[in-house]
Amino acid sequence: MRDFNFHRPASVAEAVGLLRKHSGGKFLAGGQSLLPVLKLDMADPSDLISLSGIAELRGIRVEGNTLIIGAGMRHAEVAQSPEVQRTIPGLARLADHIGDAQVRNRGTLGGSLAHADPAADYPAAIVALNGTVQTDRRTIAADDFFTGLFETALRPDEVITAVRFPVPTRCAYAKFGSHASKYALVGVMVAKTADGVRVAVTGAGPYAFRAAALETALGQSFSVAAIEALGENLGVRADDLNNTAEASGAYRKHLIAVLAKRAVAACL
Amino acid sequence: MGAITLKVNGKQVTVDAAPRTLLVELLREPLQLTGTHVGCDTSQCGSCTVLVDGRSIKACTMLAVEAAGTEVTTIEGLAQGGRLHPMQEAFQSCHGLQCGFCTPGMILSAVDCLKQNPTADERDVREWLEGNICRCTGYHNIVKAVLSCRDRMAQSKEG
Ligand SMILES: Cc1cc2nc3c(=O)[nH]c(=O)nc-3n(C[C@H](O)[C@H](O)[C@H](O)COP(=O)(O)OP(=O)(O)OC[C@H]3O[C@@H](n4cnc5c(N)ncnc54)[C@H](O)[C@@H]3O)c2cc1C
Ligand code: FES
Ligand code: FES
Repeated sequence: MRDFNFHRPASVAEAVGLLRKHSGGKFLAGGQSLLPVLKLDMADPSDLISLSGIAELRGIRVEGNTLIIGAGMRHAEVAQSPEVQRTIPGLARLADHIGDAQVRNRGTLGGSLAHADPAADYPAAIVALNGTVQTDRRTIAADDFFTGLFETALRPDEVITAVRFPVPTRCAYAKFGSHASKYALVGVMVAKTADGVRVAVTGAGPYAFRAAALETALGQSFSVAAIEALGENLGVRADDLNNTAEASGAYRKHLIAVLAKRAVAACL
Repeated sequence: MGAITLKVNGKQVTVDAAPRTLLVELLREPLQLTGTHVGCDTSQCGSCTVLVDGRSIKACTMLAVEAAGTEVTTIEGLAQGGRLHPMQEAFQSCHGLQCGFCTPGMILSAVDCLKQNPTADERDVREWLEGNICRCTGYHNIVKAVLSCRDRMAQSKEG
């Protein structure tokens, strides 16, 4: 790992100012994705601006029908939060199955979304729950946030401050994790909301996407049978899905149906 | 280089280190606490696990500067007054180790496990230890050790 200058600002404004001043710099949150990247020399930032000392990024609260989680909240904190468990238990369970205990003790919600790993778990939740990313300057709807493989709508100097999750009637996440890392080979979040059913798939494409065919079928009949009735017609082509040594596109397509059924069953 | 001040095993220390220094490097090199092992250096194996402010983390995946102002516990700091920690005793009596390479990380991870969930059952323990790889034991006796420590700690609370 190459050397860099290190900064630990106390406010979001200061962090943004530092990144503007050191344009070759990067923000550091839990480091559970960034440090492995730096060790592989896949990035060479001149400066690391740590977000760990910023109180504004902390905290979990409920406002009306919205759960708001600070970007700096660690996966273990989200999993154990009474507010999350009470309002969106499916989200607490998702957080409780990210990586392993040590990763959950360091990694953060904001870091996971900004990193936009195609196999990460939180992207499925924000897309299925129709959440919004709050940054230091604007809000970004989940459907507009992920733009490509490891790519998001964030500007290089933009800090995620919090994520707003509308509380669904019900939701559940089912994943088939890689045996080595626990990252999702495929993960499916199904959410039943006042405005209909949303289904998001992670691990199968360059970034989490909505499965329109599943949403329509489940909107008509929220049942395992509705997915079975679709057969192969899931609205996705195996050839378009990620194809790796660990899992082919065809296998991932199969997993989408299996996991969607498990998630629906867990909602019922 | 910059000075980093933190508490390690109850003692305040100040060490000069470059920003890129990993916590595990700080522990093993200037501080000579070589009980914290490096198995993979790619965040996978858990042999570098230590407690930072009481929570288990992989010391190969945390910058030393990020540990400034925290309290770090390594395997060297678990025994108190010449007595092994109950988790260390349990690993010994249940044969929870063979070569011992994974053991320091395994024990610290297990300590955090029971702290978070003092009534953890076998499944909870197995899930919790997913971040710690052991190439020797087949995990069976490790899980047995954690459960036996759990029972002993519950008894000593009652007694
Ligand atoms: C062994 C292992 C297993 C894992 N398994 C899983 C898994 O099963 N599922 C899963 O989802 N993830 C998994 N992860 C990844 C983990 O969840 C990371 O914590 C997460 O991807 C990144 O969060 P972080 O806080 O560590 O961010 P960092 O690594 O510090 O940062 C990641 C990126 O986000 C940027 N960033 C961080 N915070 C902000 C912010 N607030 N605003 C703007 N940009 C920001 C950084 O500049 C950097 O580019 C695993 C990691 C490891 C090491
Ligand atoms: S050496 Fe840190 S996880 Fe393997
Ligand atoms: S005892 Fe040898 S690796 Fe675990």
